[in-house]
Amino acid sequence: MRPSRLLSSARLSLPAGLVLAAVLALAVWAQGMTFPDLTGRIVDQAGIITGPARGKIEQKLAEHDAKTSDQVVVATVTSLQGTSVEDYANRLFRHWKLGQAKTNNGVLLLVAPNEKKVRIEVGYGLEGQLTDAVSSMIIQAALVPKFRAGDFAGGIEAAVEAIVSTLQGGTEWQERVKLRASPQDDSYDPVLFILFVFIIIVVFIMLSNANRPRGPGGGMHRKRGGDWIVIGPSSGGWSGGSSWGGGDSGGGFSGGGGDSGGGGASGSW
Amino acid sequence: MIAFKPLTRLLAVLALTLPMAACGINNAPTLEEAAKAKWADVQNQYQRRADLIPNLVETVKGYATQEKDTLTAVVEARAKATSVKVDASTITDPAKFKEFQEAQNNLSGVLGRLLAITENYPDLKSNANFLALQSQLEGTENRIAVARRDYTQSVQAYNTEVRTFPGMLWAKLFWGAKPMETFSASAEAQSAPKVKF
Repeated sequence: MRPSRLLSSARLSLPAGLVLAAVLALAVWAQGMTFPDLTGRIVDQAGIITGPARGKIEQKLAEHDAKTSDQVVVATVTSLQGTSVEDYANRLFRHWKLGQAKTNNGVLLLVAPNEKKVRIEVGYGLEGQLTDAVSSMIIQAALVPKFRAGDFAGGIEAAVEAIVSTLQGGTEWQERVKLRASPQDDSYDPVLFILFVFIIIVVFIMLSNANRPRGPGGGMHRKRGGDWIVIGPSSGGWSGGSSWGGGDSGGGFSGGGGDSGGGGASGSW
Repeated sequence: MIAFKPLTRLLAVLALTLPMAACGINNAPTLEEAAKAKWADVQNQYQRRADLIPNLVETVKGYATQEKDTLTAVVEARAKATSVKVDASTITDPAKFKEFQEAQNNLSGVLGRLLAITENYPDLKSNANFLALQSQLEGTENRIAVARRDYTQSVQAYNTEVRTFPGMLWAKLFWGAKPMETFSASAEAQSAPKVKF
């Protein structure tokens, strides 16, 4: 959320920090908002995601995360606590810090069944792919019809399907909007891939050169070479998604530090 | 040894400046820069909205010719809003800030009216270009609300720093820091125009 980010980025001294924290705590208290805990990729406070769809959604989100490090989370809440769905979604997104800190690649699908409101809140880093127009189209065409028929789990599943396919470079939903937005999928950047391969080749050449001439000292060099191998992939691959331990299970799922400035779209049914 | 001399000088400088930094002498400028960055966000989002409007007006014009008055009002409000010159100094100038806010609020008002009118034109409402524009405009209104909220929070932190002890002392002695303005209307009054489908 904001207070901690402000504090850490501004590097304040203790007294001013305390004053600031008190002011912001007061601001949060004045809003009187509480948020559910981020217990997994599905946080079903309203209890509307039932049946086999739940497992399918969970699996889809985990697979997408493993592929791209995007954190797509589905949340249902019993109440918007008196604010608009846009405001609540943005605050919840920032509370959970969805997406990685550097790339801000988080998406929150928020459903408030009692207020009959839904919102797709998009992190800064994904606004180019999951545009407002595409988000709006997904809500109108994939989610709302099923919600109107009372099929919440099905509607959410269809929306997740559409979000994930759009994020993976699918153009179906962009074409439905007839926007000229071109999908930009960083994970398939050819330049990065070539750079990555190049680094690996260089590391291997250095490794073999270091090992060949020296007999007795070889052990130490091999050790150092091992370190390079570790550094090589992690700086070349841009993954950086090591902020949670659980992975597929969703057990240790937590936000990666991402931020959102209010991108996305809302709807009602 | 000669090599030690610059080192001791460095240490002396550090010994003098570190306690000052610990006293929060850098807080006001740090917070000021943060608030200015948030202000730039606010300006960007308002600019983004202004950029969307000509396209919207063109699209609506093709379908709703008899709404000339509303369309003219939107164009005029946009021209007025973009003619208000704003920069980083606007936030410490109450009169300038008020002018900016009023022009933008006025634009929000007539835009809301235009979008409400489009309800009466089914052809327009099923136009793909219009739907895309509408969702972009709604998204921009929402981004404006978020940017304003962030700006207000960072100004709150800055104003608190320059109006309380000991930040007040440094602000008066060194920086001549002025308090910044915040938006007076609630975010709700600014929120995106509601459109039913």
